[in-house]
Amino acid sequence: MIWAKEETMSRAEIEAIQLQRLQETVKRVYEKVAPYRQKMEEAKVKPEDIKNLKDLRRLPFITKQDMRDNYPFGLFAVPKDQLVRIHASSGTTGKPTVVGYTKKDLEIWTECVSRIAAMGGATEKDVAQICFGYGMFTGALGLHFGLENMGAAIVPSSTGNTEKQIMFMKDFGTTLLVATPSYALRIGEVAKQMGIDPKTDLQVKIGLVGSELLTEAMRTEMHKLWGEDMLVTSNYGMSELMGPGVSGECEQLCGMHVNEDFFIPEIIDPKTEEVLPPGEKGELVITCIYKEALPLIRYRTKDITRLNYEPCKCGRTTVRMENLDGRTDDMLKIRGVNVFPSQIEEVLLGIDEIGPHYEIIVTRKDHSDILKIRVELMEPMDAYKELQALEKKIKQRLRIVLGLDAKIRMESPNTLQRFEGKAQRVKDLRKEV
Amino acid sequence: MFIKQLSVFIENQEGRLEEVLDVLREEQVSIISLSLADTSEYGLLRMITSNPEAGQAALKEKGFAAMLTDVLAVRLSHQVGKLQEILSHVCKAGLNVEYMYALSNKDDEASIICKISNGDEAAELLKSKEVALYSQDDIMRIFC
Repeated sequence: MIWAKEETMSRAEIEAIQLQRLQETVKRVYEKVAPYRQKMEEAKVKPEDIKNLKDLRRLPFITKQDMRDNYPFGLFAVPKDQLVRIHASSGTTGKPTVVGYTKKDLEIWTECVSRIAAMGGATEKDVAQICFGYGMFTGALGLHFGLENMGAAIVPSSTGNTEKQIMFMKDFGTTLLVATPSYALRIGEVAKQMGIDPKTDLQVKIGLVGSELLTEAMRTEMHKLWGEDMLVTSNYGMSELMGPGVSGECEQLCGMHVNEDFFIPEIIDPKTEEVLPPGEKGELVITCIYKEALPLIRYRTKDITRLNYEPCKCGRTTVRMENLDGRTDDMLKIRGVNVFPSQIEEVLLGIDEIGPHYEIIVTRKDHSDILKIRVELMEPMDAYKELQALEKKIKQRLRIVLGLDAKIRMESPNTLQRFEGKAQRVKDLRKEV
Repeated sequence: MFIKQLSVFIENQEGRLEEVLDVLREEQVSIISLSLADTSEYGLLRMITSNPEAGQAALKEKGFAAMLTDVLAVRLSHQVGKLQEILSHVCKAGLNVEYMYALSNKDDEASIICKISNGDEAAELLKSKEVALYSQDDIMRIFC
């Protein structure tokens, strides 16, 4: 089901809306947000210089650091009394980033999420269990209101107490699961330990996963646990931009449709900061063109993707962003080689004898980086040669993909840490030395 | 003809062996014989027990990679050359011993647990040479 007519407009119609909204937004922040005006003056650009969409690239970027520097409300374009909601990021490194919403912002957010939920197959008939942590994090409340707006029944179970989650799932007849991919796997595992087979004993047929990368290998693992007929889609967003609802996958599973009447995506080379042509891979930069409280312009997401403007088979004409490879932040440089954890994940999930959980540990010894990967042995073995052959297989496949040798540490099932929110599977211990 | 050996994968890490033994104690599974070898990262604990199925189920539930393997329990007399004699049959038949360890014995006899490359063939061969093999029932009767 296509939720809004704006998703099927012609390119010319989309661009007309974008230009008008961009011009209004730029004018407003220039007038109302001092740090923006200062940045624009430094870049020698004025609101009236934005004559077409290409002029967007004349505007300065905004980064997470700018948000921290202006903590908490310095980048807001409305007075505080117009806010109706305030969220914040976890702020694991330094001050958290704070985001605010007016009444109208919340309506738009809800609209955006209803669209991506519809892309992922949700309808008013669904019972949607939200296993994202509620609280300052935007994920849970974003999905909550978007799905509720659609008419689905919401089970706001949050994270934790996984056994109880599963009991609700069974007793309430939950049909739609909202979780991080890693927590969705965890719930499936725990269900099995309780003697409940997610495929046959539960009715969950839709998975809206987010807040963490969904690799194709991870999608396959989800199907193994939850059933081949489950529609597992990823969606994208971040609290700085609004929360979930920036883009989402449709049933064609060929990229995430961006809600272009609210957001303009660009791809840049993260080093030169030049805009790259459509189809090229680079860092995603997003401009919010229809927000009141916090309309960020050219926000550097640090996520790596590419854009595809071809209309989709689903009928939508909105631009699609490819599922993410990783973030520029996540990239590890090991012995001079660039490694995305998602590359390692793809290899590990392709090997049946080991489980879907893993931990990547990077250390340094004698000026050389050491990559060590902890995995769980799921198929018991009674011979050292079998264990050694498995270790060799993992190493060889990693070498093909990464061009690096890794140490493999095999452990018993269920020994590695499980995550309820964003999984943290990488430990880079080199910085601490 | 075969008996069930319980094999458990354990990380080479302080306390892990004790955890396995604790699970078996809780389950009232008695260990009749065992062999433990290690590498720098992990080891395999192989055991002949009073109730291999219950032991495996309990270990699996506690998150251990545990499995059952068919092995031969070969009865020997305490005589010089007895083990060599049996192995000579195995070698002549082109079979390979994958691992072997001793089984404690109450009488004036010895016995060994061994895993031979082609188990069925090895069992038939030893029977044809009139080598005595313990069955699972024998093990239970003699040792438990």
